[in-house]
Amino acid sequence: MTPIIEFKNYTFKYRSQTEPTLRDIDLSIYPGEKVLIVGPSGSGKSTLAHCINGMVPFSFPGEHTGSLSVNGQDPGKAGIFGMSKTVGTVLQDTDGQFIGLTVAEDVAFALENDCVPQDRMFSMVDGVAEIVDIKKLLDHAPTELSGGQKQRVSMAGVLVDDVDILLFDEPLANLDPATGKRAIDLIDRIHREQKKTVLIIEHRLEDVLYRDVDRIVVIGDGRVVADQSPDELLCGDVLEREGIREPLYVTALKHAGCRVKPEDCPQHIETMRLEPYRDRVREWYQKASSPQKREEKKTALEVLDLDFSYISGNPVLSNIDFRIRKGEMLAIVGKNGAGKSTLSNLICGFINPDRGKILLNDEDIAEKSIKERGEVIGLVMQNPNQMISRPMIYDEVALGLTVRGVPEEEVKERVYETLKICGLYPFRNWPVSALSFGQKKRVTIASILVMNPQVLILDEPTAGQDYRHYTEIMEFLKELNETYGITILMITHDMHLMLEYTDRAIVIADGQLVADDSPANVLTDERIAKKAYLKKTSLYDLAVRCGISDASGFAERFIHYERQVRGHGGQTADV
Amino acid sequence: MAGRLLTYEEKDTWIHRLSGVTKLAFFLLWSFTGMLTYDTRVLAVMLVLSLIIFKTSRTEWKQVGTVFKFILLFLCLNLVAVYLFSPQEGTAVYGTSTVLVDMPGNYDLTLEQLFYEFNIMLKYLTVTPVVLMFIVTTNPSEFAASLNRIGISYNVGYAVAIALRYVPDVQSDFTKIKHAQEARGIEMSGKASVWERLKKMSMIIFPLIFSSMDRIDVVSNAMELRGFGKHKKRTWYKGKKLVRNDYLTLAFAAVFMIGSLWITFADGNRFYNPF
Repeated sequence: MTPIIEFKNYTFKYRSQTEPTLRDIDLSIYPGEKVLIVGPSGSGKSTLAHCINGMVPFSFPGEHTGSLSVNGQDPGKAGIFGMSKTVGTVLQDTDGQFIGLTVAEDVAFALENDCVPQDRMFSMVDGVAEIVDIKKLLDHAPTELSGGQKQRVSMAGVLVDDVDILLFDEPLANLDPATGKRAIDLIDRIHREQKKTVLIIEHRLEDVLYRDVDRIVVIGDGRVVADQSPDELLCGDVLEREGIREPLYVTALKHAGCRVKPEDCPQHIETMRLEPYRDRVREWYQKASSPQKREEKKTALEVLDLDFSYISGNPVLSNIDFRIRKGEMLAIVGKNGAGKSTLSNLICGFINPDRGKILLNDEDIAEKSIKERGEVIGLVMQNPNQMISRPMIYDEVALGLTVRGVPEEEVKERVYETLKICGLYPFRNWPVSALSFGQKKRVTIASILVMNPQVLILDEPTAGQDYRHYTEIMEFLKELNETYGITILMITHDMHLMLEYTDRAIVIADGQLVADDSPANVLTDERIAKKAYLKKTSLYDLAVRCGISDASGFAERFIHYERQVRGHGGQTADV
Repeated sequence: MAGRLLTYEEKDTWIHRLSGVTKLAFFLLWSFTGMLTYDTRVLAVMLVLSLIIFKTSRTEWKQVGTVFKFILLFLCLNLVAVYLFSPQEGTAVYGTSTVLVDMPGNYDLTLEQLFYEFNIMLKYLTVTPVVLMFIVTTNPSEFAASLNRIGISYNVGYAVAIALRYVPDVQSDFTKIKHAQEARGIEMSGKASVWERLKKMSMIIFPLIFSSMDRIDVVSNAMELRGFGKHKKRTWYKGKKLVRNDYLTLAFAAVFMIGSLWITFADGNRFYNPF
């Protein structure tokens, strides 16, 4: 069989860079295959995708050597339009790539550009809408859709062109865990039923492996460092070396001292052959220590019986009631649109509750203005570009103090101190634009931290970050929490984050608080997971299948062990 | 919530079913007629007709109320300004002077002036309902398709449609950024001077521009990947073919325009003179 995509000794360098981003790539993908491409940020995996759909070199110019053929064409000659008949690309931003004013128009967009007559468009749109199950939504506007539905629309938009290759660029980035699972399921179904070649670029390996893939290609520093079946890859050490997170159950097996073998099919925990490992895992569980209970401190923030609605009779949040102790690190989780952001808006005072109270250090803050609350409760937004308003790092961090009329000497002192804490001191005179995304995130955290808040609220602190940057940001937050005693509240749908870094999780589903418990308990409780669109951790399945009845305790011990290992491994390098 | 003002709302009336091209053409012909004529009889008929059309389009007051009030305010200002700057315009137009109230200088209030300004008011009121109705009964994508149909490049039409698509997103970005900046201590209340406030506004505008640029990047890539701009022409999913009602409407608008202009200019003057 001839490959549908073939890189031969392919090297590519962006015009704006001195070093090639892709080096000596030799890679063949055959018709009908489903291939997962993983690699840390900056490894070149996105560039690889852009080479296939023609964005390289047409939207992002550069030079290449070697050859690339996609379905017999050279994307470097065929152009983006030429390739769009062969390769359908689904981008990671489900909202941003929604072009039409309604679902139907968005799906029809490629057809309109191809001058397909209207009557044929109607039937073609109906046809693909059937495939991805959005038929009822055809007249809806994008604002009326959930993230998962928008992604279905994007898929329909490329399927309508009857392409041979489907390219998914981080399809899970903006989805809550349960929706992500459904997306992977849908991709799998389309792959089987429509006989397409599917390429998925993603660093959330465990979530993609929810359904079979034929091969996994690991990209590291511009090269193909592994091209193996999932079972083989999970047994080796390539993932660890390249800084890609392996599935938690595989890590747990390794911690227990097992050498996982490909013939036991470790791709899915549900069907993996566990007989050879069961005893070892149990033994490890007996020996491993559980984390010590943190001492109960005074309450920092208290939310009492809160109700909120935009339109009366249509509550967004009702009877929300919880308290946060000083120095806690806590997660607010739940599906997209469950009311998590509304809750943080209420705490910051951007909107006012219909009923109920919010107390900070036992004091009702209802009368406090947004600005006054901002001095004690800091909010860090998901996208740093939405916060940064000054071109220079120093000015940006100093902003909160200068507008409050703090004397210049003191501003300087406090800004320098904060920059040191955040590892940004060497860059104090740099423009913000010279920083990476992760560093910008630190700048926004610094600009809040400089005001000495007691509580820090972060909206999706690690969204779109690979494992290394994720660890960097989270270790930094942990340090702030442990060393400076800052109470940290994170809104997230990253289950790993919640499991590894928080003491407690508040779960919100459909405007109600459905759980307020340890992450290990929450993520091993099927009922809660279902209600809040979370995903049970695979540690649960591993525990159950190894005959350990206390799955939550197993998860807790695993996390405790992980934290210790990381502690011994030394702090992760700064920046 | 905000943002529902002056937006297209789907309803099933014969006006909604008309093609965007028809509505655009009707709206242009109608405004043109309204602007040219000062004939009170024609304006009165047009006013009655536009109110009837407005009624049949089942446009609700809450969709257009605020904008309508704003236009009324502007109309009042305009009427006052005309009187202030040109108090004897009516006399100049109609050739007679019937003083109602004696005023200092040449500010005598004349019946002719009142009648003249009454005509101006009528002109506003005949065009306004039609404009508002056009906006709330025409699907933006269909509007883009119409622009393309009357010969304007589809890039222009699509720019309009895509701007409308992203208005709610940019609005929500704006609110988010404003809140976050307020929490950092940038107060947007009226206490500060205008210059101060402008400076503070920039702290919202810059992040808004940057995050909007991210959006533009994504959407332009997405559009290109799906073949936007490949051909000189494109078809429209929401395009509507012209049917009998469309031709009838267009014919009516054309006949009406010719008729009104004929009546208006029959005596060689734009004005109807009752004096």
